[in-house]
Amino acid sequence: MRRRPFPWHVVVFLAPAVVIYTLFMIYPLLDSLALSLQNKPANGPQTFVGLQNYHALFTTEQWSKPFWNAFWNNVKFFLIHMLVQNPVGLLLAALLVTRIRGAWIYRTIIFTPTILSVVIIGFAWKLILNPAWGISQGILDAVGLGNLNQPWLGLESTALPTLSLISVWQNIGIPMMLFLAALIRIPDELMEAARVDGAGAWTVFWRIQFPLVLPTVGIVAVLTFVGNFNAFDLIYATQGALAGPNFASDILGTFFFRTFFGYQLQPGDPYMGATVAGVMLLIILSGVLVYLFAWQRRLQNIQF
Amino acid sequence: MKKHLGIWLLGLVALSPVLAQNKVKLTIESWRNDDLKIWQETILPAFMKKYPNIEVVFAPSAPTEYNAVLDTKLKAGTAGDLITCRPFDKSLELFNAKHLESLNNLPGMNNFSEVAKAAWSTDDGKTTFCVPMASVIHGFLYNKAIFRELGLTEPKTEAEFLATLQKVQASGKYSPLVMGTKDQWEAATMGYQNIGPTLWKGETGRKGLINGTQQYNKGGFLQAFEALAKWRPYLPRGYQALAYPDSQNLFAQGRGAIYPAGSWDIGTFRQMNPKLELGAFKPYTFPNLGASQCVINDHPDIAIGLNAASKNKDAARTFLSWVASDEFAQLYANALPGFFPLANVSYTVSDPVAQTFLNWRKECQASFRTAYQILSRNANPNNENDLWNASAQVLNGTMTPKQAADMVQKNLASWYGPQKGK
Amino acid sequence: MIGVIGIHIALIAYSILALFPVLLVILNAFKDKLAIFGAPYALPNAQTFTLEGFRTLAATANFPAYFLNSFLVTAGSLLLIILVSSMAAFALAEYTFRPNTLIALYLSIGIMVPIRLGTIGILQLAVSLGLVNTLWILILVYTAQGIPLAVFVLTAFMRQLPKDLKDAARIDGASEYRIYWLTLPLVRPAIGSVLAISMIPIWNDLWFPLILAPGEATKTIVLGASVFLGQFVNDYNAVLAALTLAIVPAVVLYLIFSQQLIRGITSGAVK
Repeated sequence: MRRRPFPWHVVVFLAPAVVIYTLFMIYPLLDSLALSLQNKPANGPQTFVGLQNYHALFTTEQWSKPFWNAFWNNVKFFLIHMLVQNPVGLLLAALLVTRIRGAWIYRTIIFTPTILSVVIIGFAWKLILNPAWGISQGILDAVGLGNLNQPWLGLESTALPTLSLISVWQNIGIPMMLFLAALIRIPDELMEAARVDGAGAWTVFWRIQFPLVLPTVGIVAVLTFVGNFNAFDLIYATQGALAGPNFASDILGTFFFRTFFGYQLQPGDPYMGATVAGVMLLIILSGVLVYLFAWQRRLQNIQF
Repeated sequence: MKKHLGIWLLGLVALSPVLAQNKVKLTIESWRNDDLKIWQETILPAFMKKYPNIEVVFAPSAPTEYNAVLDTKLKAGTAGDLITCRPFDKSLELFNAKHLESLNNLPGMNNFSEVAKAAWSTDDGKTTFCVPMASVIHGFLYNKAIFRELGLTEPKTEAEFLATLQKVQASGKYSPLVMGTKDQWEAATMGYQNIGPTLWKGETGRKGLINGTQQYNKGGFLQAFEALAKWRPYLPRGYQALAYPDSQNLFAQGRGAIYPAGSWDIGTFRQMNPKLELGAFKPYTFPNLGASQCVINDHPDIAIGLNAASKNKDAARTFLSWVASDEFAQLYANALPGFFPLANVSYTVSDPVAQTFLNWRKECQASFRTAYQILSRNANPNNENDLWNASAQVLNGTMTPKQAADMVQKNLASWYGPQKGK
Repeated sequence: MIGVIGIHIALIAYSILALFPVLLVILNAFKDKLAIFGAPYALPNAQTFTLEGFRTLAATANFPAYFLNSFLVTAGSLLLIILVSSMAAFALAEYTFRPNTLIALYLSIGIMVPIRLGTIGILQLAVSLGLVNTLWILILVYTAQGIPLAVFVLTAFMRQLPKDLKDAARIDGASEYRIYWLTLPLVRPAIGSVLAISMIPIWNDLWFPLILAPGEATKTIVLGASVFLGQFVNDYNAVLAALTLAIVPAVVLYLIFSQQLIRGITSGAVK
């Protein structure tokens, strides 16, 4: 009996992916986390300080206040996405699944903002909302709501919601397509049977389509969660790294950027920056774990 | 053979630029991307005429990203030979990290006073690491045509200033003051640090902050926040969402009367709208508050240093000596109206508005922005960022002047030794 | 009947909302400054038409070079992603060996972990490898970013392939590498999906070019546009021209690949 030779080909197949992935994704993450456990006093060498930076982040006012501000802003950012993106995306998908003529044209057009860079989106909307250019004033004037116009991106109360809506506007394509894919998989017979039984369009939607789409809501939620808590580009493009006014649009991504790289005269602090990154990682992983265990388990109960 | 000779000669001629290429190439890092054209068309050709074997390339980055980008490049060793230096701590940091070299024995360094070099020297003043290029002066630009139309004259005191604003407001046609708060820094730099020095008596106040005898929430510093708050009703509609370029656009289009300015704006407006009739008046005084002596903010803004990792140090030093020369001062002052070279040479500026700004050096005392020397060494909280935030909020009306001043002082006192407990 | 009209109206309304900012930018890029501010909605006509902004762009920013950089980075990353991921997926789907499940799990963690959080580590790594301000570091980082999802999707597809073809080839004496090569065309739809999903985030990324390769020679189109925007912030002509130049290639690519893209998202992620 011949002993099987060592399966070198398996190693060859696996090695490149594993090496690149480990070297450029996992190792840097661990390296950053390691950095968060170090600190460097003004004139001394870098030393290991354990969880001291994390302690400082959560207990000293100068760090905890901006951190929690950024965190809660991020939560608001996420909630607005969930509250607007899902219903609108679902509605659009429901409209598109009716197989009206030209559905693919609408689909293509509505998906267009998603493929554009956030920098472009941010800048374009900044121009539109700019009081100096007057576009938003013009639109509201045309509808007779001219005096409702505000410097939306400049007021603490409206800056974050406005940015959230811009982000929803851009990203709605993907949830819409996911919902569409889920709706398409619902067999026609099911809906025909319901109609034959006398159910109207709304009942068909609420009783048949909606429950079968719930699993997709979970996927959309977790994708949005990861995307939102990682977000940076839009705020950076429209408000700058200071995420004003008065940090009203500061989210974890911008807080991390500013902490690590500094801003204008503010020097960068790589150790606290790495600490913020570590906390962000924790938050994102927690959200994903919640999804994997809680949501997935509930899904076992929904039979197709 | 003769047939081929022609081709050989042609080849040589074609190749000659390549063959003659034992030029040294220097690269300049900078945040002044607005000046790209001027450097390429006026300044560098003058240098390269004198030193034909040295080719210099001006390669700016966007101002808000300069620090981060330069940082990355220096760490990776890909930064240019010549580094444009921000004043004070930012450059001191680079020097301490051994990215910049000492320029103490550079020919031409004695062309600068100690004050001029202070922004680019170590705390003890013994080592200078950048050649000072220019300072900027703060003041007010105004639209002469609008002033004529409304019968206005240049205000000298706060009362006159506010009266002028009211008259423009009443006309309903133009915005009295053109400034936004979205970018935040204008509120601090062209607002607070513009009218403030007169109130906190210039260097007396600034040095007082450093040695702990003065506080941001007392005396002149608090009064400056209060004076700034008075600008609020006269700002353009939707000013909270107006960014720096928007104010520039508005003023250049003739939609506003007065523009709180830094002298660097002069060049910008000349470019944006050459037909704009620009006038200038210096920061107003506060006789009722006992501040009748004008003090201008004459802020050392820009210098140029040597990358310690440069491979062309000799050529770079030649360039730096040229920057320290009178020739450069005259050239720079006129090519970039609004940037005033710090060299010990008297020069005139052809642009009348820039000359007006320059004349204020004779009429007023001078100081510079308070947060720049020592006080912004801390990452969090950071004094300069706090001043931006506080000034913008005062103009937005979301903080009272007292609250703003208290916030800035509290944050400074939280880490800065001489201010602790004050 | 009314229902159908209603649906059309709703979809048209949303389509206008989706396209209007983009169209506004592109339209105004061709108008002179006065017309931009005076009549933002008007189409450029004979008096107001101008290419001034584009000229400023051409003179001061090297957009063709930025485009080339974006193209090289995106194409390079996609190529590398497909190559290494298909190899890994093949091994994971085809062979049973003890660490199989573990490695599969290890590689898929990356789907949920945001690579940006390791930026500090990546920057330090890039500095020590001397790869800062090169296109290579971007390619390697994007490849690492794309591997988890690609391996996940490709493994699932490869598992479904019938064994007969492969076993027959083995009996004929083909090496495992040859068999891998034979399998590739069979998973073409999956490869198409992966390409489509991975392409957009790479092309549109601002973060890594900003932090790892901000030098002039390596600027991608998004970074170039953003720097340019920072530079000519008060020159509306140039700004709108820059935005237009950044939008148009992306939209063109999208229209060409829209079918694959949409198919990719719906089939790849619904699992």
